[in-house]
Parts: sequence; C-alpha cells; structure tokens
Amino acid sequence: MFYMFSGIILICSLLTITTRRILRAAVYLLCVLLATAGLYFMLKYQFMAAVQLTLYAGGIVVLIIFSILLTHHISHLFEKPDLTKLIMGISAAVIGSVMVIATLLTHPFQAGSTTELPVDMTEIGNQLLSTGKNGYVLPFELISILLLAAMIAAIVIAKKDKNKNSEI
Amino acid sequence: MIQGIPLEHFLIVSTLMFFIGVCGFIIRRNLITMLMAIELILNSVNINFVVFNRYLYPDQLQGQFFSLFIVGIAAAEASVAIALIINIYRKLQNIDVENVNEMKY
Repeated sequence: MFYMFSGIILICSLLTITTRRILRAAVYLLCVLLATAGLYFMLKYQFMAAVQLTLYAGGIVVLIIFSILLTHHISHLFEKPDLTKLIMGISAAVIGSVMVIATLLTHPFQAGSTTELPVDMTEIGNQLLSTGKNGYVLPFELISILLLAAMIAAIVIAKKDKNKNSEI
Repeated sequence: MIQGIPLEHFLIVSTLMFFIGVCGFIIRRNLITMLMAIELILNSVNINFVVFNRYLYPDQLQGQFFSLFIVGIAAAEASVAIALIINIYRKLQNIDVENVNEMKY
C-alpha cells in the first residue's frame, strides 16, 4: 500500500512539472495531494489527512484551477524549456537528492518512547489552544493574523482600480 | 514500525518529491506552474514532519502542529500569489516570469 502511494506521488509529481498542458499539471498535482492524504491515513493521523483533503486538495487546487481558467486558453501548450535551464535544473535536483539521501541513509534514527498518544480531535484542540506545556496558542494566533492579512492583501491586490477603469 | 515500513523509505519519497519541486521551479517560466512546484515542496516538508512525529516522538503532537501551520501558510501564500498573477495578467496579457520586470520602479 505504501509503495503504491509513493509510486503515485513520484510519478504524478514528475508529470506535474513535465507536462506541457497546464490544466493537466493541476490535475496531477491533485493526484499527488490525494496520495499524500493516503500516506497520512496510513500513519493513523486522521485529522492531518482530513486537513490535507479539505484545504490542499479542496481549496488550493480549486484556486489554482480557477486562476488557470482565468489566465489561459485550454489548448495552450508551453514551449519547451531551453536547454541550459533544463540541464541546470536537473543537475541541481539530482545532486541535491543524492546528497540528502546519502546523509539520511547513514544517519541513525532513534525511536522515542513507544507509548503512542491516542490522536483524537479533543487532544489536538486542547494542545493547540493551551498556554501551558506543549501549548501552541501563540503560533495559532500568529497564523490567524497571517491568514487575515493575506485575505485583505489578496482583495486589495486583485481589486480593480476605479480611476483607471474609467479612463479606459 | 508501521506495517514494517522503515522510516527511511518515507524520507526518500519526500526528498525526491522536494527535489522534483525544486527542478520544476527552475525549469518552468510560467508563474502558475512555479506556484505548483512550491506546493510540491511544501507538501514534501509536511510529509517529513508528520513521519518524524509518528516514528520518533509518537507521544507528542509537535510535528502535526507544524504541518498544520505549514498548510495554513501555503493557503495564504497561494491566495496572495494568485491575486498577484491575475493582476499581472490584466496588465501584461500573459504570465511568464520574464515579463514581470515591468513591476520594478
């Protein structure tokens, strides 16, 4: 099961960056995100998998597809990337991945205590909003302010300029 | 061990996914495709956090919280980036990165 999911992830992420039709790239990205949610289900983190499905696969991919439809013709094909860029990109990826994989295969990972915490929604909510030990209320507040700022910024940037519009 | 799969296999998958994202970020010229490559990178980091949490510290929830925050930041980043992309498309009628240097003042 794990190898099926990771095969889907690797093949679809390769196709995402190599396909020449942008809408297909978005659909392959959706496949990658769904397979990642499957990995989270395998690790028994149901809440993370649900967040992945709703926010990533549901929200961000739909946003990307919307913007593709607003800015492209469906039949638009990319021109092929020029050769120097291709060589640079592939060599950077190969060198980096070889180095990282060599490092992590030689590093001894030591498993922690074996008592598994039962991961349920109540536990996550309590820890996320507690101020005591293992409390995450400060990053929670920070991320909420960041999301609010991003929402306002997106509206302000995408808003049409009234004066310019009347000139045109 | 979860179903007999060692930790390294998860890490190799996420590493390959990360560097596929880096490669796509370098070779593409279209802004939306570069945004998709960034989503791949963030997603692979998420896998890393969650797997470390499950295998090395199963009695805590830190990795899960970091993944949640990364998902939130990815959502914010995607919304702002798409607003910018749509604005650029209105001005320039295409969204290749070479043309965006007109935004410099």
